[in-house]
Amino acid sequence: MLSKKSTVSFHGTEEQEKALLAVIEELKDEKGALMPIMQKAQDIYGYLPIEVQTMISNHTGIPLEKIYGVATFYSQFNLSPKGRYQISVCLGTACYVKGSGDIYNKLMEKLGIVGGECTADGRFSLDACRCIGACGLAPVMTINDEVYGRLKVEDIDDILAKYE
Amino acid sequence: MKSLEELRVIREKMQGTVEYRSEHESLADALASEHGKYRAHVLICGGTGCTSSGSQKIRERLDEEIKKNGLEEEVCVIKTGCFGLCALGPIMIVYPEGAFYSMVKEEDIPEIVEEHLAKGNVVKRLLYDETVKGDEVLPLQETNFYKKQHRVALRNCGVISPEDIEEYIGTHGYEALGKVLTEMEPKDVIQTLLDSGLRGRGGAGFPTGMKWKFAAANEADQKYVCCNADEGDPGAFMDRSVLEGDPHVVLEAMAIAGYAIGASQGYIYVRAEYPIAVERLNIAIKQAREYGMLGEDIFGTGFKFDIELRLGAGAFVCGEETALMTSIEGNRGEPRPRPPFPALKGLFQKPTILNNVETLANIPQIILNGAEWFAGMGTEKSKGTKVFALGGKVNNTGLVEIPMGTTLREIVEEIGGGIPKGKKFKAAQTGGPSGGCIPAEKFDTPIDYDNLIAIGSMMGSGGLIVMDEDTCMVDIAKFFLEFTVDESCGKCTPCRIGTRRMLEILDKITKGQGTMEDLDRLEELAAHLKSNSLCALGQTAPNPVLSTLRYFKDEYIAHIVDKKCPAGVCKDLLQYKIDADKCKGCTLCARICPNEAIVGKVKEPHAINPDKCVKCGACMEKCRFGAIYKE
Repeated sequence: MLSKKSTVSFHGTEEQEKALLAVIEELKDEKGALMPIMQKAQDIYGYLPIEVQTMISNHTGIPLEKIYGVATFYSQFNLSPKGRYQISVCLGTACYVKGSGDIYNKLMEKLGIVGGECTADGRFSLDACRCIGACGLAPVMTINDEVYGRLKVEDIDDILAKYE
Repeated sequence: MKSLEELRVIREKMQGTVEYRSEHESLADALASEHGKYRAHVLICGGTGCTSSGSQKIRERLDEEIKKNGLEEEVCVIKTGCFGLCALGPIMIVYPEGAFYSMVKEEDIPEIVEEHLAKGNVVKRLLYDETVKGDEVLPLQETNFYKKQHRVALRNCGVISPEDIEEYIGTHGYEALGKVLTEMEPKDVIQTLLDSGLRGRGGAGFPTGMKWKFAAANEADQKYVCCNADEGDPGAFMDRSVLEGDPHVVLEAMAIAGYAIGASQGYIYVRAEYPIAVERLNIAIKQAREYGMLGEDIFGTGFKFDIELRLGAGAFVCGEETALMTSIEGNRGEPRPRPPFPALKGLFQKPTILNNVETLANIPQIILNGAEWFAGMGTEKSKGTKVFALGGKVNNTGLVEIPMGTTLREIVEEIGGGIPKGKKFKAAQTGGPSGGCIPAEKFDTPIDYDNLIAIGSMMGSGGLIVMDEDTCMVDIAKFFLEFTVDESCGKCTPCRIGTRRMLEILDKITKGQGTMEDLDRLEELAAHLKSNSLCALGQTAPNPVLSTLRYFKDEYIAHIVDKKCPAGVCKDLLQYKIDADKCKGCTLCARICPNEAIVGKVKEPHAINPDKCVKCGACMEKCRFGAIYKE
């Protein structure tokens, strides 16, 4: 199980709150609107801390425990913030047979964190992901929107050094 | 809003443009044809594979160079969906010659523009080598990768711009919808599907017409058509390619389904991990509404149908039909017991059908070409074609569409170009975490739904991962169980706890601590999971273990009795050794070893101390003489 808890305190801005309320107003009468609201809330805040879940609950009338239940069920909802550079290593079958497990282990060792965590300086966060569909380039990892394919363990130092 | 007549006018206007991008007798013949305003069409792949290998930058450079050479009026650049040959990406095709440029680099663009686009000299040096024979440029369809393929679901992928509804209309798009609304009764549509023999492409292979018939028979004030685009099997990307390359075909088929069962609302549940697909679907829905292909009173027939997009949030179980509907309703995506089946009580407790993307992509053509046409392809009980995402240890990784009944050997050896580095084929995995491994001795089995089940695997959504002699089958079984343990939703006990217990046993075996009794325990647990789990995720989770136990039991025994991993994968059972004859004593390995496990004098053979070795493999990677091996 990956780390789901947040150790970083919440600092939401007024603009973010305004944006969230607008989203709730627009969607709340649609059938099954909770997930689209939560997805947009995560776009606004970058993650879904309990404070944001509480706001959604207060403005939609949906019980907080249900929102928390949904937030913890789906792997895309993050209860803790992400690093400036989000590393995601594909552990899909094709990448796995081509050695992406070694890449993932090496990153954990280099960064001193486990999957789902963020480094203390807020620089990198690390996750494993399912197939991103770039199997022809296996093994693959992404850092933010940049894709690194045909990776070798010894490439990692040089790649990490590019991100300050 | 367009009428049928206006649709025909658009089609006639666009048809020449689209057909220009196919094989022609000669260049002169092509240029003489109706091809719209552009002399050359440059198709660049904007699928996920090629985008990852940099096709966007190539596109920008191409636009720049075309402008520089003043060719904007003569050459058009179109971003298409996937061509299929992802291993050779980024891919670019120039028509009318059909010149197939592979692994295109940004710095090659000026030459392609100046020589080919401006002067008409194809730059042979940069073409995919299989399409060049002496001075001749061969059509792509004659290469090994494409020769045996037959494109039905993927027919427009890599041919049209997915962001232009008129190009889709140019390929007879939305004509099937026009035909059902004006010429067919709902029951005729369903009968056509039944006659065609189309079965669900998402995994289990349930007859599509039957599903529609059940939902049509149930009376309700509201019914729903859902599209399952939550493609979650690791290694599978067929549905994504259809959504990225030909999104309108899915919308058209859903509207046809809505007419057939009496539904006015559709939902597409698509993975949020597919941003390009989501973007193109949004564009397609918007355009379809503008053209009146979705919305009120379609083609003036009074039929109304609209589609909404819902994004998944990264839960594999949501590919299961009842879980998917629970998720659209805004809940934790946990499956529900059946019955009641979705055809009676599905989304929001209303009659619902759920079809997979690839299934839908076949439907408009079945309507236009007739059930007999479709039933004429494939095997006795599996009609039509199937798209496979070919990956793993195979030369041509990518997307292939083949008639049902093609053998695994044809796919791997002919289309896939065989195994890299001359290694031996060991097994192919189909069906993802629900499927199994097919061994080399079943290489000539014709692939269809029933044959795959008979040999212990399943069609699944169409991932096909090739494995060579370096793949450990126990490790693969463990990999898939790790996946299901992670993705089990936890609602029912057999799946939540059963998969975990099975994983623990496999873990023990890969560490050399297994016993022969563990194999019996695995089989017993597997039987419980199959019979007692709530949904297909748990019911099929043991398949990777059972199929590897069936065909590769000797490997399990080697791990248990001999404490060896024959493929050299399971770390705990490995030993790194140095071949004294090959070692030159360069000391590089000793310096790189993190645990000082390698000893030896300069210019004398070194040796590894097994007690200190942490099996990281760093020495083997660094050795320039190939002197380090594992066993």
